Amino acid sequence: MAAVQVDLEFAEAVATSDEFNAWACLNCGICSAVCPLAIDLMPRRLFRYAILGLKDQVLEETDTIFQCLLCKLCEENCTSNVHIAENVRFLRSYIDDEVFGLDAGRSKEEPYAAAHR
Amino acid sequence: MPLPTGDIVGLMVDNLEKRGSVFPLSAKKATRWAEGLEIPHGGRTVLYTGSMYQLLPYIIAMVRLLGRVEDTFLARWLFMGRFANRFVNLSAIGARPSRADIDRYNQILRSIARLLQQAGVEFGYLYEDDLYAGALAYDMGVDGALRTHANRVHATLRKHGVQRVITLDPHTTNMLRSVYPTMIDGFDVEVKSYLEVLAEAGAEPLQRIDEDVVIHDSCLYARSEGVIDEPRRLLERAGYTVKEPRDSRNLTYCCGGPIEALFPSKSHAVAVQRVEQLREVGGKQVTTMCPMCLASLGKAADGTVPMEDISVFLDRAYRAEPADATDESDVGARLPDPSYEGS
Repeated sequence: MAAVQVDLEFAEAVATSDEFNAWACLNCGICSAVCPLAIDLMPRRLFRYAILGLKDQVLEETDTIFQCLLCKLCEENCTSNVHIAENVRFLRSYIDDEVFGLDAGRSKEEPYAAAHR
Repeated sequence: MPLPTGDIVGLMVDNLEKRGSVFPLSAKKATRWAEGLEIPHGGRTVLYTGSMYQLLPYIIAMVRLLGRVEDTFLARWLFMGRFANRFVNLSAIGARPSRADIDRYNQILRSIARLLQQAGVEFGYLYEDDLYAGALAYDMGVDGALRTHANRVHATLRKHGVQRVITLDPHTTNMLRSVYPTMIDGFDVEVKSYLEVLAEAGAEPLQRIDEDVVIHDSCLYARSEGVIDEPRRLLERAGYTVKEPRDSRNLTYCCGGPIEALFPSKSHAVAVQRVEQLREVGGKQVTTMCPMCLASLGKAADGTVPMEDISVFLDRAYRAEPADATDESDVGARLPDPSYEGS
């Protein structure tokens, strides 16, 4: 099994974000069950990658992250009040900035959350 | 190969920053729908289109174009399109909407304005200053570019002394009512959907339409903005029997539209699933309340299910004067709409 690498900058960005609240997830799977796109990866495994700082694993799923409809049917059924759509938007912002080179409102000097306030 | 996500999102952001909208539209095209309606310029209460309905014919044309490129070798060359778009507005050249689509979406705007006028609601319109609210940039997570744009929209509203806006679609409603206050200090403009305004106004229909209609809730209206009962009340007051699909109200099912520009095939698959749900209700016709839902579901239905915006259904019941020469109020007679696969 290949070793995984923790990216501390990414882990901190996730940890200091006001928007990212996937820690509340109980891994019950209702989100995957109701997803119109049947994205079984999201949000459970993907958010765990993010929480653990596994940046490479998250970036490998860029297409999946941008496929989310943000329709919030998962949120409506979530028993733990996870703001799934906002978490997805957080990951999109990160990718916009780090991978696509777009102005996602993220300052290198400031913590990620501060740039989003 | 799939469409390059970064280049398409980048193209939209470039357009927003340079031209004020993800799909730039000239002021002339964006305001043509209001000709002859004698809506005053500006005012404390304005009808705010955010160009969403006006943009849809262009988005339909663009998506059709991207759908042809998806999974072909041409997809890898889209980065060239983004580069060229910085200098020339490719969206205006590449996306050629059909006349029928432009007329259809402009007609919806006219129906909404007429409904409000009929209900005695006083409102103005900002015409060339009725700016796109930035919904797609928000969805894509490009908050830096969006914040700059949102401040531009806010400054424009302040310049005109606007205190209250009446929105026409769920995306603009959500941006102005729920997103802008989190991005802009002191954003205190009151925002209401025209469906809420009409429901509150309590206008009485001039004729009763004794038909059934299957309702498709917008995700944003139902789950983010709490606009669920208003469209039903308005339809029922007009005489319609509202039929509910399996997934309805706050548990409504997405039309697939939000990812149409990036993943056309997956978007279409979701729309097909939803059309099947709407079809199995067995109603005569379907109503939507979002321009993206109408375009996405209409394409998936491919003319097999009569479908129209809720304003057109309501306009039939509340309209006092005869229809414009260009108006088509009989929804069933208008479909199937050949324009989707035309031009």
